[in-house]
Amino acid sequence: MKTDLFLFFLLAAAAPAQLAVKVRTLHPMTGDLAPLRDAVVLCGPDGKIQRVGPAAEVPVPDGWRVVEAEVAVPGLIDARTTVGLSGVLNWDRRDQEQLETSTPMQPELRASDAYNGRDPLVQWLRELGVTTIHTGHAPGALVSGQTMILKTDRASIVSKQDMLSPLAGISVTLGADGFGKEDKKPPGTRAKSVALLRAELIKAREYSAKLQLADAAKHPDRDLHLEALAAVLRKEVPLFITADRHHDIAAALRLQQEFGFRLVLDSAAEAYHLLDALKASGVPVIVHPTMARASGEQENLKFTLAAELHRAGIPFAFQSGYEAYVPKIRVVLFEAAMAAAHGLPPEQALAACTIRAAEILGLQDRLGSLAPGKDADLALYDGDPLETATHCLGVIIDGRLVSTEKR
Amino acid sequence: MRPSAEFRPPVLRLALVFVPMGMLAAVMLGLAVEPALPGGGERPPAGPPTLRAFTGATILPVSGPPVPDGVLVVQGGRILAVGPRASVVVPAGAEVIDCPGKVILPGLICTHSHIGSPSGGDASSPLQPETRVLDAIDIRDTSLAKARAGGLTTVNIMPGSGHLVSGQTLYLKLRPGRTVEELAIKNADGTLAGGLKMANGTNSIRDAPFPGTRGKSAALVRQEFLKARDHQRKIAAAGEDASKLPDRNLGLETLVEVLDGRRVVHHHTHRADDILTVLRLKEEFGFKVVLHHVADAWKVADEIAAAGVGCSIINLDSPGGKLEVRDIDWKNGAELVRRGVVTAVHTDDPITDSRWMLRSAALSVRGGMSREKALESVTLAGARLLGLEDSTGSLEPGKDADFVLLSGDPLSIYSRVLETWVEGQKVFDLARPDDRLMAEGGPGAGHARLGSTCCFSR
Repeated sequence: MKTDLFLFFLLAAAAPAQLAVKVRTLHPMTGDLAPLRDAVVLCGPDGKIQRVGPAAEVPVPDGWRVVEAEVAVPGLIDARTTVGLSGVLNWDRRDQEQLETSTPMQPELRASDAYNGRDPLVQWLRELGVTTIHTGHAPGALVSGQTMILKTDRASIVSKQDMLSPLAGISVTLGADGFGKEDKKPPGTRAKSVALLRAELIKAREYSAKLQLADAAKHPDRDLHLEALAAVLRKEVPLFITADRHHDIAAALRLQQEFGFRLVLDSAAEAYHLLDALKASGVPVIVHPTMARASGEQENLKFTLAAELHRAGIPFAFQSGYEAYVPKIRVVLFEAAMAAAHGLPPEQALAACTIRAAEILGLQDRLGSLAPGKDADLALYDGDPLETATHCLGVIIDGRLVSTEKR
Repeated sequence: MRPSAEFRPPVLRLALVFVPMGMLAAVMLGLAVEPALPGGGERPPAGPPTLRAFTGATILPVSGPPVPDGVLVVQGGRILAVGPRASVVVPAGAEVIDCPGKVILPGLICTHSHIGSPSGGDASSPLQPETRVLDAIDIRDTSLAKARAGGLTTVNIMPGSGHLVSGQTLYLKLRPGRTVEELAIKNADGTLAGGLKMANGTNSIRDAPFPGTRGKSAALVRQEFLKARDHQRKIAAAGEDASKLPDRNLGLETLVEVLDGRRVVHHHTHRADDILTVLRLKEEFGFKVVLHHVADAWKVADEIAAAGVGCSIINLDSPGGKLEVRDIDWKNGAELVRRGVVTAVHTDDPITDSRWMLRSAALSVRGGMSREKALESVTLAGARLLGLEDSTGSLEPGKDADFVLLSGDPLSIYSRVLETWVEGQKVFDLARPDDRLMAEGGPGAGHARLGSTCCFSR
């Protein structure tokens, strides 16, 4: 029974099918993260997983199509990227939509209005096993805009159903990377950054309070800018605060304490200075790419940061982040692998781009592990997914085989 | 006011107590005490050369098959013997370093690097062959220490690609040393070894006085080489008569070295047609050239092979970042090697970090290259492209003792560089805290001298 023939057969019918994945080593990423040997995953016609278990206990029903793989993991989740906004060609005003710098705070900018699902880099990630992305406006402005979560096979966003979350959060950057891009454009210092942000959050709180008034005549005019921040203050969506220097991380924690919003710390290169404070705060970290360049605000990054967060019991996930040049996009699997080379147990490295990422994004009921009822998203490899020379051979999203490229 | 003793840093207190009186006197008299050498090593002591034997490791000589349970004997800066335990005698008096379970690989050679914050030409003109990275390299930049942590022992440090000719490159050994000259590799005639960096395609297309098109780029290069040929003829015609020599011209002299075959051109090029333009110029002027990056190599691999030139390629985690790199592919290395092209994988540090160099080689395996060729691509192939294959790049008796001690398979992501040795001197040791900082990053790893506000916990 040739796997390739089955893959070819399946491509002919791209609709969700009754699909059985037979795997030598399956990483369901459930419970203690232990792998299963010789396992079967049944993907139902509704795009959900029906059953997962040892081949001996989970028979493949008659008429189901079978795909075989050496190794399979849940579809990878990139916990923070700008892919689809920061396009492959890197041409200003043509395919670079991740950052608008006319004013320092623009929480009203929606990710879906900037996303190009047909950018080749989205396909690149998908063919390497990334099935879900948290993408949107990039770090680089004090408040750069909104982010969203969607699957990598959605080429067009026509309705909210095309996304898992149309408003996943709002991107804030503290520290020098969030300063005004030209001379004298605010903010120009750390203190000014925090002052501007505090003033804006207070304004949003007042806006929100006025909306609660019984007398509708006293309600303020709709303001998309304050509306977005008000959603943060109501804890409906988190602030993703990018902060690398330890004192910027501390400032983020202070802001969280003052306003009580849900905080997800992004990048956090010097988080190793603040492990106790982070642990006490319960704030999760979407750690910088392990192979991020050690320069600028990240000059003192550590390849062992993920391992240190793991040992400290601080929840974390991997991201591809934003890249200004080459490589124009990173791959969370590769970043996880390098963390595994620097003290993070391999199964924790895989977890940090699957189930842990799903938990931080609030999608753990649908994504991140292979269990009945969850989305049938899988990535298939011909060996240890973390090894550089291993290939991704197939990708399944919502029970559909979306790639059979050897990558 | 005199500061109270309680607030004096502990290091200083220890120094006041324990510094030997002689050294203290030297400090008080303002005499320099020799600091540790950049590179972490020590100057070789006077007397007979140190003899060391590394035993029990799997040795990958690259020039031959793997040697399980091997012995590598190093005398001074050279390899004395290498082979299986049964056939290599450990000389009497040798310091024996047992490394069972470890792997020894030749020191990595990066044919394209920007460590040491080098620069070449400025914005004044597109062709500046007279500029030398020699005059710009900061050997104390942490990027050199990080390269040693990645297992690199030899580098070709280049100026950037924003010029048609951006300047003279420099080949360095990452040995300990206090000046760039102490690290520089010398030619047989005593001059410093290096090539000439050139580029075509979009990086060197800029506002005037830079070229605005590809056609203009090639025309400017052709015109300058014609001038250099003229200069070369005048020098030859003058013969022994110094009065007939043309006026000195540093730029043309450098191009004459290229025309004479004494200086190789390291040519940045990506798009298939740009690659072919380089091959045409090479044909026209007869210079030696190595193609660098070569994103579209897989499209014109036959033409590259037919031209008999070597390639120094890069592997990136994704295509794009600019139009020219849209089609870059991990199969580049495999396609070139299959056609017999000498192919090295480079870091282009900081484009990819020197510490990931072996991972870059593994990406070529992902793209179809054999493991053997992948290991060769970061060692011996690089030595060949730099003309250094007689002294480094493989583990053979008589060659420089440049090697890396690894925890396991060099192409596995889980393996770590444990030690790096250059000419018999250990320049990196993961067990040393300062070296580990360079290997893994952390407070102070970003910049050796900016100090920043980061380092309280160090």
